[in-house]
Amino acid sequence: MTDIATYNFAYLDEQTKRMIRRAILKGIAIPGYQVPFASREMPMPYGWGTGGVQVTASIIGPDDVLKVIDQGADDTTNAVSIRAFFKKVANVAVTTDTAGATIIQTRHRIPEHPLTAGQVLVYQVPIPEPLRFLEPRETETRKMHALEEYGLMHVKLYEDIAKHGRIATTYAYPVKVEGRYVMDPSPTPKFDNPKMHRSPALQLFGAGREKRIYAVPPFTDVVSLDFEDHPFEVQTFDQPCALCAAENVYLDEVILDDHGGHMFVCSDTDHCEKRRQEGHRGHLAPEIHLASEKVEPAQ
Amino acid sequence: MYVAVKGGEAAIRNAHSLLADRRRGDRSVPALRLDQIVEQLALGVDRVMSEGSLYDLELAALAIVQARGDMIEAIFLVRAYRTTLPRFGYSNPIDTGAMLVERRVSATYKDLPGGQLLGPTFDYTHRLLDPELAAGANVAAPLRRETEAQAMPRVSAILAREGLIEPDGEMPQDHVPGDITREPLEFPMARDIRLQALSRGDEGFLLALGYSTQRGYARNHPFVGEIRIGEVELELDVPELPFAAPLGTVRVTECQMVNQFKGSAKAPPQFTRGYGLVFGQSERKAMAMALCDRALRASELGEDIIAAAQDEEFVISHSDNVQATGFVEHLKLPHYVDFQAELDLVRRMRAEYEARKNPAKVDEKREAAE
Repeated sequence: MTDIATYNFAYLDEQTKRMIRRAILKGIAIPGYQVPFASREMPMPYGWGTGGVQVTASIIGPDDVLKVIDQGADDTTNAVSIRAFFKKVANVAVTTDTAGATIIQTRHRIPEHPLTAGQVLVYQVPIPEPLRFLEPRETETRKMHALEEYGLMHVKLYEDIAKHGRIATTYAYPVKVEGRYVMDPSPTPKFDNPKMHRSPALQLFGAGREKRIYAVPPFTDVVSLDFEDHPFEVQTFDQPCALCAAENVYLDEVILDDHGGHMFVCSDTDHCEKRRQEGHRGHLAPEIHLASEKVEPAQ
Repeated sequence: MYVAVKGGEAAIRNAHSLLADRRRGDRSVPALRLDQIVEQLALGVDRVMSEGSLYDLELAALAIVQARGDMIEAIFLVRAYRTTLPRFGYSNPIDTGAMLVERRVSATYKDLPGGQLLGPTFDYTHRLLDPELAAGANVAAPLRRETEAQAMPRVSAILAREGLIEPDGEMPQDHVPGDITREPLEFPMARDIRLQALSRGDEGFLLALGYSTQRGYARNHPFVGEIRIGEVELELDVPELPFAAPLGTVRVTECQMVNQFKGSAKAPPQFTRGYGLVFGQSERKAMAMALCDRALRASELGEDIIAAAQDEEFVISHSDNVQATGFVEHLKLPHYVDFQAELDLVRRMRAEYEARKNPAKVDEKREAAE
């Protein structure tokens, strides 16, 4: 009974990897265009990163060093689970160090530490279609992209301003890639949008359930949609990280008690730990010695 | 003092070991064997094979026990395994006319060549809980037919002789059947692709949609032309061999729904058809599939599209229970980054709202602060 079911390196069979690599290459050739691909069932549920996992499984090799984050953190349960999956099926080295990773799979954040040439950032994407909530039909939205007909999106943003005085989109904020395709950056907070612009790293997006792959090649223009009199703005926080005193980073709010007490801490756990190792201390930093960074080599 | 939440890895490990414990349950109760599941929970195994799109009794049984009896979870396990298997080729179309039939009923003819065969059905059982079954009573062997089975032509072939029913759809000569497990879906889709999607679609979802057509949401006046269940031969064309190589048999359920049709600008009045085919024994699924197939042929037949069951993009995009359960359940995953962004926006907007409502109060506060 032990050989009742066996699996290939990085789970996917080689034919499937080739098919996905072809979709990735096409995506790189047409930045921001959603390439349909024959998404496979993965051993984790649809909506839990199957697109990102398929992209990573298709590009990963035995020499790669993988980092997986969810909400910016290496230790959230789904990040832990995906990292464990690749350790198991591909036996690759894994790390929490942003600079030391060759492939970073992410859900909802772009690391604070600037990415460099040669790194690949793989995004998990739930709904790849930026026009989906304006037009539910795929047959229609594909036509709109083909005709570069993005008026509906501008009207939506305009209506936000008319109703609320500002654009009321805070995450999954639409961008225009290389002056052509309007693209969903995945549900990252708009805080991270500027990091995509002319990034030296290759950015790949996988949507498993919706069966789409798209890409932003290195040094590509990625511009958040806005208006001349209502320019795009990112979130700002009134206070620095309570643990590492970092400013101009994205913070998570942590509830401390049931009397309204709360603190703001870095959403990027690796960035926060590194800063504390360097001696930066926020006003609520505990007196603990941090373990040095965690790199686990392949077995 | 806040201490960062760590230990996701240990938490997952512990949760899974607890899951394994609960799955096994009371150790003094004997563990289920796969052959017990295959033999005694056969219709559950059939559903997992059918919606998992993999004909393997033993793997389906393993999936059921691993999933603690959660059918969608079991289907998911089977799918995630089958998708990794390399594809050697495509079998020839099965011939359900040559089926070794165990059950065959028609609601359109009282008698027909080959006769009506009830087979192993729940129909006409009285749904009274059976205490003897709980006590593990012995079961007598069933009666067996002594004569050789006669040929059983499909009802659609009988009706076609009179020209009253549309023929089997013809695909163009060079049409290569699609494969939804290898190509991304595109709308609108050809009927072969649509039938594949329906065949692995969620039984409950298709049942509800089929039911909705009966209650008037795109009513299509169905009759069960025929339901047949039995074994069919699978054959594969191998280039090196002058004949098709037999691979074995699979058990399938086929439903041919015959639907009244008054004609439209595109087609003359005639009986039209809805088709259902699934692995194993599952009449409910095959019938629901046939109702949905017929409803989804609305545009082909020139009917008005007025209900959900006729809307191809709606039905096919939402019929896959593995996709549906994943996306619904992903809401359990952390979303604090996005929630934080929304929190910030709502706070700002509320502050502005307050300021508009009570300009004096805000001014007072500001003065006090200054």
